[in-house]
Amino acid sequence: MSVTSMSDNPAARALARRHRFQWWEVLPWLLGLAFYFAFPRYLAFGTDVLITILFAISLDLALGYAGIVTLGHAAFFGAGAYTVGMLAKNGIWTEPITLLILAGVVAGLVGLASGLVLLRTTGLTLLMLTLCTMGLLEESANMAADVTGGFDGLDSLPIKPIFGRFEFDVLYSSTQYLYVLAVALVCFVFVRTLVYSPFGHSLTGIRENTLRMHAVGAPVRWRLVLCYTISAAIAGVAGGLWAEANQYVNLSTLGLDRAATVLIILVLGGYGRLYGAMVGAIAYMVLEHFLSKAYPTAWQLGLGLLLMAIALFARGGILGIVEAFSRRRDRDRKP
Amino acid sequence: MLLGGLAAGMVLFIVSVGLSVTMGLMGFVNLAHGGFAMIGGYVVVLLMNRLGVPFIVALAIGFIVVAAISVVFERLLYSRLYRATELDQVLFTIGLVFVMIAGITLLVGPETQPLNLPSWMQGQVDLGFVTYRTYSIVLIVVGVIIMLGLWLGFERTRMGAQIRAAVDNRRMAESLGINITRLFTITFAFGSGMAAFGGGIGAEFLGLDPQYPLKYLVMFLIVVAVGGLGRVTGVFYAALIIGVLDFILKKYFPQGGTVFIYAMTILLLLWRPQGLFGRAP
Repeated sequence: MSVTSMSDNPAARALARRHRFQWWEVLPWLLGLAFYFAFPRYLAFGTDVLITILFAISLDLALGYAGIVTLGHAAFFGAGAYTVGMLAKNGIWTEPITLLILAGVVAGLVGLASGLVLLRTTGLTLLMLTLCTMGLLEESANMAADVTGGFDGLDSLPIKPIFGRFEFDVLYSSTQYLYVLAVALVCFVFVRTLVYSPFGHSLTGIRENTLRMHAVGAPVRWRLVLCYTISAAIAGVAGGLWAEANQYVNLSTLGLDRAATVLIILVLGGYGRLYGAMVGAIAYMVLEHFLSKAYPTAWQLGLGLLLMAIALFARGGILGIVEAFSRRRDRDRKP
Repeated sequence: MLLGGLAAGMVLFIVSVGLSVTMGLMGFVNLAHGGFAMIGGYVVVLLMNRLGVPFIVALAIGFIVVAAISVVFERLLYSRLYRATELDQVLFTIGLVFVMIAGITLLVGPETQPLNLPSWMQGQVDLGFVTYRTYSIVLIVVGVIIMLGLWLGFERTRMGAQIRAAVDNRRMAESLGINITRLFTITFAFGSGMAAFGGGIGAEFLGLDPQYPLKYLVMFLIVVAVGGLGRVTGVFYAALIIGVLDFILKKYFPQGGTVFIYAMTILLLLWRPQGLFGRAP
C-alpha cells in the first residue's frame, strides 16, 4: 500500500485533521480579551474564572486523558499557592514570573513523588490515597503555622511588578487579568500540543484499555507518572497565579472543597475534551456568582441534582450534549 | 480514657459497616453513605424532640425509615450506575450528598440539632475499676452486640454465605444461581439502616448538622479502606483502632492528630491495597 492511498483514506484524513488548528479555537481567547474591555468592573471575577479554567485543564490532563480518577487535585494547587506565599512573605523571592515557574516545579515534584507511589494502585484505593495525600498536606499546612500562617494563611504578599513595570493592584485587577490570561494561553497551547502528540495518544490508549497498552509494550506506569507530574505542575502554576493575583494564600487552596469543585466544573463542561474545562468553569462560576450568595441552599440543591443528572444521563457534560446534537444533525443531513 | 475512644470507634463501626459491605459487594463507590446516617440522626432527633418518642423506639423507626428510603434510591437510581465508571459513581453520590444537605437545611434548618439522651443514659456508671459515662458504656455494649450479631449473620446464615460468596467472586456466585440484584437491594437497605442507627445513637458524639455527611466522609472511607471491603470483622477492628487513635491523638496532639491518621492510612494502603483485613484479590 502506497503512502498516498493511506492518506486518502477518510479515517486517516480525519485523524490527521484532528490535530490541526481550527479557526474557532481563537475565539475563546478573543472573548477573554474582549471581556477585559467590556467589563472592567468584573476583572477580579474574570481573573478567578481564568485561574479555575487553568486548574480544570490540569485536571483534564490527568482525569480526562489518562483516566486517573483523583479526588485530591487541590493538593497541587495548594502546593503551588503556598510556594508563592512562603517565598514572597519571607521576602526570599518576589518576582512573579519566576515565582510561577517555581510553583510549577514544586507542585510537579509533589506530583512526581506522590505519583510514583500512588499510581501503583487503581480504583477505590487510588481514590482514597489521593484524598489522604491532600488531607495530609492540608493538615501539615495547618500545623506548621510558623511558616504557613496556619488557619489564617499568609496575607499582603509583596509581589514585584511584572517586568518591573506593571503593578498588581488587589482592588483593581486589570494587570492580574491580562497576566493570568497570558499564562493560561501559554499553558493551554502546551497542553493542546501534548494531548495531540504521540504521548497524548498513548495516554488515551491507557485510559481506554490498559491491558492492551501493556501488550503493545507501552511503559504504562511511567507514562502515567509523567502525565500526573505535568498535570500537578500546571495545577501548581494555577495555584501560584491564585496566590499572586489575590496576594494571599490560605488553607482553602488545599481542601476537599476546591478539589470537588474543580472536578464538578470539569465534568459539567465535559472531560477529555480540552474545551470542557473552559465551558464548565464559565458556566459554573457565573451561576455560582449570581446564585450562591442569594440562595445558598437552592444553589446546593440545584448543583446536586445537576450532578446526579450528568452522572445518569449526560456523561459528556455540556460539550457532550452539543456534540451529540451536531452528530445527529450530520446524520440527518446525509442519510 | 480508652473507653471514650472505644465508644467513638463503635459509632464509626456501626455507621461504616454497611458501606464496607455494599462497596465490597457491588464495587460501588458510595460517598452518600454518611448522608443516610445523617437522615437517620435527624429522624431520631426530630421524633424525640417534637413528638416525644422514646430514644430506643426512635432509633428503630429511624432504621426502618432510612432503610425504606434507601430501597427506593437503590432501585430507581443507584442500580443504573452499577456498570458505570467510578467517576460517574463518585459524581452521582456527591450530587446526592448535596441534595441531602440542601434538603435537610430546607426542611429542618442549618443549626445543630441537640440530642436529649434519656435520663438513664446521662449519668455516670461505676464499673468497679473506673467510673465512666453511661452513654459511652451503652455505645460500647451496643457496638459489641451488633458486631457479634453481624458476624453470626455473616458466618452462620444462608444470606451471609451468599454475601460472602458474592464479595469474593461475583460472577461465580451469580452462575451458582444467587440473585445478586435482590441480595444487593437487601444489603443496601440494611447497611443504610445501620448507618441511620449509628447516626442516631452517635448523634451526641459526632454532633448533628446538615454538613455531617461531608464532615465525616473521609473518616468513614478511611475506616472502610483500612478494614478491607466487605469484611465485617475488618471494619470492626479498623473502626476501633481509628476511633481510639483519633481520640488519644486529639487529646495529646490537638494540632497534628489528623496528620498521623492520614499518613498511617497512606502507608497502610500502599503496603496492603486491599486493607488490613481484606483478602488479596
